[in-house]
Parts: sequence; C-alpha cells; structure tokens
Amino acid sequence: MTHPYHDVAIAAVFNTKQAKVLEGYDSYTITVEAALGVLDAAGMPPAQLDGILGQFNTELAYLLRVGPAWVPAGGFGSIPQILDAANAIAAGNCTAVLIAGGGAGIYTERTATAPWTRMASEFVLPFGIYTALEFALIARRHMHMYGTTPEQMAEVAATIRNNGHVNPEAIYYGKGPFTAADVLESRMVADPFHLLDCSLTGEGGCALLLTRADIARDLRQTPVYILGGGADHNGPSYQHPPSWDLRGNGPGAVENGYVGQRAAQQSFTMAGLAPSDVDVAELYDPFSFEIIRQLEAFGFCARGEGGDYVTSGAIRPDGELPITTDGGLMSFSHGGGSVQLLQRVIRAVQQLQGVCATTQIAGAEVAIASNGGAGALFNDVMLLGSHRP
Amino acid sequence: MTLLVPQSEGIPLPRPSGLSKVFWDACEEGRLVYQRCVRCETAVFNPSPVCPMCLSQELAWHDSAGRGAIYSWSVAYRPMSSSFTAPYAPIIVDLDEGYQMVSNLIDCAVDDVAIGLRVRVDFREVGKMTLPYFRPDEP
Repeated sequence: MTHPYHDVAIAAVFNTKQAKVLEGYDSYTITVEAALGVLDAAGMPPAQLDGILGQFNTELAYLLRVGPAWVPAGGFGSIPQILDAANAIAAGNCTAVLIAGGGAGIYTERTATAPWTRMASEFVLPFGIYTALEFALIARRHMHMYGTTPEQMAEVAATIRNNGHVNPEAIYYGKGPFTAADVLESRMVADPFHLLDCSLTGEGGCALLLTRADIARDLRQTPVYILGGGADHNGPSYQHPPSWDLRGNGPGAVENGYVGQRAAQQSFTMAGLAPSDVDVAELYDPFSFEIIRQLEAFGFCARGEGGDYVTSGAIRPDGELPITTDGGLMSFSHGGGSVQLLQRVIRAVQQLQGVCATTQIAGAEVAIASNGGAGALFNDVMLLGSHRP
Repeated sequence: MTLLVPQSEGIPLPRPSGLSKVFWDACEEGRLVYQRCVRCETAVFNPSPVCPMCLSQELAWHDSAGRGAIYSWSVAYRPMSSSFTAPYAPIIVDLDEGYQMVSNLIDCAVDDVAIGLRVRVDFREVGKMTLPYFRPDEP
C-alpha cells in the first residue's frame, strides 16, 4: 500500500529573529514576516499557494492576494494543522499550503504569568492555577508513583538549556553552560519546578511550506517527508483538574498521564518504524518533567524509567536520543499560543535537512517532534524522515 | 515554617452562570455540592448537563461531606498575578464521594503538604464570594 503522505513534502521552513522583545512588531507583522520568509527561502511566489493555515491565515490570504484558496477559519498552527495541510495535499484539495505563526507584543504585563496561560474556568481561576502549576500537579503524581526526583528533572533542563546556550539563534544564547545543580539552585516557582525547569517567554515568528513532493523537488530547500502523525487531546487546556488518571471511555483509552502514547503508536505504525529508529527527538519542553513523561509515553523507555533514562546521558547531543536541539521553549523561543508548537517541527525538518549550525546530529534520517503535554491535556506527535515514504 | 492562608479580596472570582450557580449558591450557605447520575450513580464534577459515563441527563445535586484526600499538589512561589499572595498551594482533592476538584490548601505548614493528606472543606469569604478551600482534617 502506498504511504498516505507519499506525495506530500515539507518543502521549506523558516524562523524570523527571536527575541525577548521584538521592538516594533506585533503578532500580525511578525507572522507576515515569517510567511514572506518561508516563501523566499523556498523560491515560491505567493500566487502559487492554494492553501493557508495557522495564525492570521485569512488575513494572509487577503494581504498576499492568494485567493480563492483553501483558508479555513481558525487561526492556529500546531502539529494537527500541519497534518491537516498534508491531508489536503494528499487528497488533492491543495498543491501548496503555507502555515505561519508569530507572537509579539502579547506579554507586556510582567507582574502576571503570560496571558495564554491564564485560566478561564471558574473552578480553577480563584485558586490561582497557571501553566507551571498544572504541569507540577502532573509531575507530582509521577514522583509519587515512580520516585522521580527533582535532580532527574534538572538534568533535562540543563541538557536543553545547554543546547540553547551554544545556538546563536536562541534567545538565551550564551546564558550557560548549565549543570543540574544550577537548575536546582534557581528559585522555586511551582514546586517541584525551579525557575530553570520552566520555559521562557519570548517573541518571534516562524512558517512552514508544504507542497506536493514533485513540486518540492524543484524548490530551494531540501524536502523533508512526513512519515506519521497523531493527535491526542482529552479536553480544553487549563480549565479542568490536570489529573494524571483522567481517562476517556473508549476501549484502549490511556490515562491522561500518558497522553501522546496513542498518537506516537499511530505515528510509528504509519511509518513502519519503532522508537529505536529515531535519530533525534524535538520534544516539546514547557517544563522539564514533561520530557521524562513523553519519553515513556512515546516508548523510548518503559513507564517509570524516564528519570533514569535522562540521567543516563541518552538525551544529550552525543547520546542515543538527542532532544530539543535548538534549546526549545526553555532557551530558543516561546512566542505564545502557537509559534513554539510549529518550531518543534521546524527544528526536526532542519535536522533532517542537515542545516543546523549548532547541535546538528550527524546523519539524522528520522526525527520525532511533539507538541503539548499532560498538564494541558493534549500531546501531538509527528515522525519525519529524509527519505520519501 | 510558612503557614498557608486564604487569598484576600482582589483575586479573580467566579461568575456563576447556568449550571454553576447551584454550586456557588450552596458555597454561600456553607454546603459543598456535587451532582450524581440518577441512572448509573457516577459522581460528576464540574457541574454538567449530562453524565459522562452513561449519557443520562438526569443528574441530582447532593451535599458532599467535604472530606477527602490530596491527590496531587504544588506550592506556588510565583503567583498567577499580583492579586494573589504567594506562597499558596493548589491541590487536586479526591473527595470521598468519588470525584475530584481543584482548590487551595490552607491552615497547613508548607512542609506538611503531601499526597494522601486527609483534608476537609473550609469555606472562606473572599470579596463577594465564598470559596471552598480545604484544610487538614483532624484525626
């Protein structure tokens, strides 16, 4: 049987400059810059687009005079939207789809947590819960069940932050190097998370261009292929108790603590691959513990063994499964509700294109990328490859 | 030894609407209420128009004894916003009636917070609302 994404390629990816604050930009203008950037990087004029997803997609369709085109309202970009674009191309509804995102000028009220992390539900709002706490409530269950320690979480944070420390494109370039002890000595934010266990907030834009594989061949960047994907969601983020044991009623439903397991299994099945085939893992890193959880959920180690796995050195750039090689949300960038989600896939693409200026994993042919986490009740997965499936 | 205390007026408060009004009105009277499915007897919280287990729309309100155990916890040293005073301890409580809710632990030393700690509801007025906090239950 032909692979469902045999005729689909990620033709190009692009990041704008990332910064703590991008003076003179708002989310719209930095998203426009990202859109133009990816088209220029690919060598494709906007008139060849026949689909746009992601933030400001309807505005971009008008601004760049792309229509009539496949531009569904919604304005969000993450792994499911990338898969939507691939599906539209595979089905013949589109030949070239742009997905852009950007965040700037949103987080200006520095006495509060970032606005995209503040709660809407009346049953959590008066209790002061925000993202770090949601993810802490998940981490605490894992500590209780398996004895996972703050030292193991700190190892994750130090590893990712060191990847950002050496990356000139990262917002926290040159801020390290970090040891696990540095993480443990940073001030406590939301027990068990210290400041350096948490992602940063920043500003930036990014974009991806998906096309038919035969079109991608003639564009400027090296095409990368989608080997598999899946989306696991249990409900709206940050409105209900972030319970490890929340579980759907369907047969084979997995507890929220291992949300993402089904998405990963779907991805590996579609790809005909196993976790041991993955060369680099661009895992979503809102908080250090979330890496330990995803390594277990995705099958890189057994349940309860994530803490030992990360302290074995496996996740370092010279380990068996290098993770989050640009510095991720902890050090590279975290621009808002959408942009940093797309950036995990963008980094996976760059690894497979072999173009990373720092922490390039030599000979990488298969990458995994993820979005979200159990504290937010969702976890999406994508497998990418340098060879057409 | 830092003691956890309730928040003061100025924090964002719930705006009761539709289904949730029953819950917040009961808090005002010092009662913690939840729904139970009349057909399959599943305890349901947050207030819901339908039983998530059997899809029955017949849900009856009951008084909870307000007792349970901490299922998970954190302590916030950085508040959600400047209207909150840190530290405070968000918890998920396993109520004895078989449902979970989010609250804050009070009247407890920070170092004594633990999974499994027995707790009971403790209503406190904050601004114009009465909020269901939890404190350690006496043995």
